[in-house]
Amino acid sequence: MRCPYPRLLIASCIVGLAVALVVGGGCAKPQPQQVPGGPPKVGEMPVPQPAGEPIKVGAIFSVTGPGAPLGEPEKFAAEMIEDAVNKAGGINGRPLKIIIEDDQTEEAKAVLAAKKLIEQDKVCAIVGPTMSGTTLAIVDSCQKAEVPLFSCAASAKITHPVKKWVFSSAQTDVLAVQRIVEYLKQQGTKRAAIICDSNAFGQSGAEQLRKQLGEAGIQIVDEEKFATKDTDMTAQLTKIKAQNPEVIICWGTNPGPAIIAKNMKSLGITAQLINSHGVANQKFIELAGDAAEGVILPCGKLLVADELPDSDPQKATLLKFRKDYEAFTGKPVNTFAGHAFDSLQMVLQAIRKAGDDRAAIRDALEQTKDFVGITGVFNLSPEDHNGLTKDAFALVVIKNGTWTQVK
Amino acid sequence: MSLAELLQYLVTGVTVGSVYGLVALGFTIIYNATGIINFAQGEFVVLGGLIFYSLYVAAHLPLVAALVLAVAAVALIGVLMERLTIRPLINSPVVTLIIITVGVSVLLRGAAKLIWGPEALPVPPFSGEHSLFVGSVAVHLQYLWVLGLTVLAVVGLRLFFDHTIVGKAMQACAINSEAAQLAGISVSRMVQGSFALSAALSALAGIVICPITLASYDGGALLALKGFCGTIIGGLGNGLGAVMGGVIIGILEKLGIGFAPQGYAGYQDAFAFVVLLLMLFIRPSGLFGRQRTEGI
Repeated sequence: MRCPYPRLLIASCIVGLAVALVVGGGCAKPQPQQVPGGPPKVGEMPVPQPAGEPIKVGAIFSVTGPGAPLGEPEKFAAEMIEDAVNKAGGINGRPLKIIIEDDQTEEAKAVLAAKKLIEQDKVCAIVGPTMSGTTLAIVDSCQKAEVPLFSCAASAKITHPVKKWVFSSAQTDVLAVQRIVEYLKQQGTKRAAIICDSNAFGQSGAEQLRKQLGEAGIQIVDEEKFATKDTDMTAQLTKIKAQNPEVIICWGTNPGPAIIAKNMKSLGITAQLINSHGVANQKFIELAGDAAEGVILPCGKLLVADELPDSDPQKATLLKFRKDYEAFTGKPVNTFAGHAFDSLQMVLQAIRKAGDDRAAIRDALEQTKDFVGITGVFNLSPEDHNGLTKDAFALVVIKNGTWTQVK
Repeated sequence: MSLAELLQYLVTGVTVGSVYGLVALGFTIIYNATGIINFAQGEFVVLGGLIFYSLYVAAHLPLVAALVLAVAAVALIGVLMERLTIRPLINSPVVTLIIITVGVSVLLRGAAKLIWGPEALPVPPFSGEHSLFVGSVAVHLQYLWVLGLTVLAVVGLRLFFDHTIVGKAMQACAINSEAAQLAGISVSRMVQGSFALSAALSALAGIVICPITLASYDGGALLALKGFCGTIIGGLGNGLGAVMGGVIIGILEKLGIGFAPQGYAGYQDAFAFVVLLLMLFIRPSGLFGRQRTEGI
């Protein structure tokens, strides 16, 4: 070796790169955006003016950070509801005040936000957080402070096992897998391969797939993983291709699954690709391009509201929500806004019935029956704090760049 | 594992690896000129892809024009980086300069996120979403673009260094900058040139690979790490070695997935670093180690 300190130099370089990875990931968060339309102006409303002490409901959403594509629409939905409720005379004659906190998609910030809402603002209930991780981070605080929490996140761990003060309005992956397995059974599928993100969402999906495919007698011929930031999955797919499965089930969120769809096409794999509800958005179609054609996935009924039969109990609610949301925000409606809508409306319904006492709200929430929401029809009970069935999912196929129900 | 499978891993490994190779080459050029490991190398790759997206997809420029303009734009960013952040402190210890490049990397990544947003962007493959099939081995047409342009870049660079005055002057600076200066070569201009060249190569890598991987503001760090592994494997300072090192990392990565037991493929990134560590333990001067920077 002629270079004087090659090891030292290289070691410092590795440390440097690691620092760049960590610091760079956290830099330059976009500033929270101004809400189109602005906050409702008190005093402009014609009919019965809400009066007295406002009813305070807290909300924690990931308005910035990686969860922003979910959290921002949720914030809009909450503002839309606050506006509509106050224009219509408030709740039991009192004005509604929704205090929205941004957790920046970070667990620690979510905990601080919950503490502030509970102790300082003394809210009577909390809606959100957006993500499973942030929700699980504040479950204990809410349980201890005895504040009802109505999450918008999907992990089955939030409501299983049941926690006294915690509810969730998002479809769990248990239900999504149920919907997929039901379809596979109809098709008489025998051999499936799964490829899942190595993050919490992907692995929770993988766990359910293993369990439910096993119970249905469908053989898993290969199981592969990819890392959230991977940009090429041809090697995993080559392995899967060698096992010749009838379907490939992919569990992850953009952009991984879009790359997988493209890689499958380039490898000439003809097996049916089934995705999770994690990519039920226009972004997936945009990223995967032609490769998205024919992909099947479970998704909320909001995406296919127009195609639903008139007999569907949710159809009218879905169409109205879509119209209201798009008029209020000027942006296309999105599934996550629906989660915030459901959580908040069920909380408000409970407040109308039981007043603004935390314990009374919790008890009333648990009695919610046949609530027709955006995600599904909710039937909450002391044993079930999610209250949805697999019918909350429609199974759709992507055709000509848009969603169509699988007949 | 069947032969077809093995060949498939090799094909994708060489393709991904040649991108690592171009990044590694970028590292080498700046290292040879200045002794700095440039941590903003990955950001050059990312900016190449993103600027190409704006020109080719958003502005509908013809392929070649978009490609050349994007490469030129990133080369300019490389020059600006040298002018604004390295030049004023060129007499500082190398470690200080390396830390500066880390700062530049964070800055560029933040800027890219502000301009292009946090989500990945789709870029269509240059020759459509088609594959050639050799037996059951699939070769995506974009792979041929990647390989072709990599070979072109490496050969072009070789010719540039061996047969042009500027190229020879750059080499002279790498071998002994003081002697080069005495011979009338403007070392600072050559350093500037090396940043331009290095940024251009990385941008090219980012452009050819983005139809396969999508263009995203935060893809640079990992690419830079892999490229850096390639540089070390090839022997720090050895250009051709760096390209070979990158290709080796690419192949090992794909084979690693192929041979990994079911469910362990998510750890593919670890393979590159295991190889890097082994290399440092066993043969720190790299496979093709040959110190060109030291002179006599």
